[in-house]
Amino acid sequence: MSLSQSPANPAVFEALRDVFVGLPHCVTLGFEYVGSEGRLPTLKVDWRDDLVGNPSTGVIHGGVITSLVDTTSAVSVTACLPQFETIATLDLRIDYLKAASPGRTIFCRAECYRLAGQVAFTRAVCFHDSPDDPIAHGVATFMRESSPLPMIPQEGGQ
Amino acid sequence: MSEFMERFCRLRDEKRYSELIEAIPYARLMGVEFGEDEQGDLVFWLPFHERNVGNTVLPALHGGLIGGFLENAALIHLMWNRESQDAPKIVDFSLDYLRSGKAKTLFARCEITKQGKRVAHVLIEAWQEDRAKPVAVARAHFLLSSPSA
Repeated sequence: MSLSQSPANPAVFEALRDVFVGLPHCVTLGFEYVGSEGRLPTLKVDWRDDLVGNPSTGVIHGGVITSLVDTTSAVSVTACLPQFETIATLDLRIDYLKAASPGRTIFCRAECYRLAGQVAFTRAVCFHDSPDDPIAHGVATFMRESSPLPMIPQEGGQ
Repeated sequence: MSEFMERFCRLRDEKRYSELIEAIPYARLMGVEFGEDEQGDLVFWLPFHERNVGNTVLPALHGGLIGGFLENAALIHLMWNRESQDAPKIVDFSLDYLRSGKAKTLFARCEITKQGKRVAHVLIEAWQEDRAKPVAVARAHFLLSSPSA
């Protein structure tokens, strides 16, 4: 269903997507927005030697995948939001299905499969070549309207 | 044993905490520090750095960063307390966010709930000013041996 739908409010999606991908920690890690299929956004992180967890193998640290899943999942929620609001992760679970390959870009695609009144539910998959051959799978929940302060300071009365 | 584990064990036995963090690139990038308390238990802390922010308005630490910090703490804690020189592999990681991480030092402690032949279960707790008010709690499963071992 969400594949064929465009974002609920494209202006909200585009603005909040840019906020999430541009957050200092995401910039530190080098996250980039790749594109969306319907309401399913894809982000990526290129391999970098300062993101490695085990220097003997060169495999990226699991914490980077955690951040990528968290961020992509948050972006998938913004694709479903009718209006601007602040959201915050409530919980997150990652299953590490297999080690990421050193030197290769990791992609993450996420879907908000249920937007309830107070909570948004997401699932995400990380992969190199195809979501059918996943490295990690993540499920998360987000609190809606987690703060009265807007995530975009200048958005004003929207 | 890998070169990394050899180095890890040497640094651990000599309690060279900061050099051990230097050996883990992403831990160094986050800015993790750790040491032992009076009881000899490991405590991890992450001084506030602008590069770790996830909400610039509040401001708050990035949720993914908190996850990475806790996951890294669990891995080091487990490797620190194990005889084996195989690097544990994380299988799954579950994290509950209880409060936003403020622009202050974040602390973490871990507890090995179970260490079996093949799997270890580790609990992790993070807090800032008051340990009774946790910022996040997490748990992780690690595989301890490869099928061939």
